[in-house]
Amino acid sequence: MTVSVVQFGGSNCDRDAVRALRHLGIDAERRWHEDGLPADPDGIVLPGGFSYGDYLRAGAMAARAPIMAEVREAAEAGIPVLGVCNGAQIGSESGLTPGAFTTNASARFQCEPVHLRVERADTPWTAAYDEGDVIEVPIAHGEGRFEIEADAHEELVADDRVLFRYCDEAGNATDEANPNGSTDNVAGVLGEHETVAVLMPHPERATLPDVATSTDGAGVLEAFS
Amino acid sequence: MTEFTATVTVRLKRGVLDPEAETTKKALERLGFELSALRSADRFELDLEAADAEEAETRADEMAERLLANPTIHDYDVAVAER
Repeated sequence: MTVSVVQFGGSNCDRDAVRALRHLGIDAERRWHEDGLPADPDGIVLPGGFSYGDYLRAGAMAARAPIMAEVREAAEAGIPVLGVCNGAQIGSESGLTPGAFTTNASARFQCEPVHLRVERADTPWTAAYDEGDVIEVPIAHGEGRFEIEADAHEELVADDRVLFRYCDEAGNATDEANPNGSTDNVAGVLGEHETVAVLMPHPERATLPDVATSTDGAGVLEAFS
Repeated sequence: MTEFTATVTVRLKRGVLDPEAETTKKALERLGFELSALRSADRFELDLEAADAEEAETRADEMAERLLANPTIHDYDVAVAER
């Protein structure tokens, strides 16, 4: 198992993702987007950053890079695909996952620890947790407000594809605990397959005990083990 | 073939919060201007050659659909003029 961490121009969490995965004993390598994916990818991470300077909309350019056709094909074949932060924006822009991530309600870039409630524990991304667990993971984004059309939101909830919601320490998904004004406190969602997930918070920044105040994010990356 | 300019205007759907527009409105008010609302939009001007205006509009429409707008949060309109 070697996880491909796709590096676009302007990605800046690609090294962090590789390091966090290796810390968990999962082999990982960076893949420059122009080089395409390896022939039989085992897993794919779309890392955080500011690909293409957030031109047009965050993730809009990278979502239309040729490598994303390969990522989509891999996703449809059941290969695990995780989008983090800018990778989540790329995932939604490319149609891998529903909804859109846009300007925070505060209109500010926010870099802070948040609490997430695990909404499902029966996915590869959350097998390390129990449903209802509260984990602490940092966010670092200016465009993380989850927006979705009303009928698509209904469908998302009915299909149980919300993976994480912003919540307080006790696990209540309140307005106060919603850092960016996301619809329904949504912080992370599943794609059509449960092997595809995106989230705005950074699990790779909550994995290494030497540099992180929380290692709660490791469970998400363990999906690749 | 005729040369056209297709102008694509992309704006947030009504009801979708626009914190940047809110902030801009507040800044105008701080300068002493009075206004009850402010909406912002992105405008793209595309120069292209097409057989007729209808073809130019169809192509600009596809560009808006596939990249310039995100249909989850945006509405857009296309206006075509001969150049």
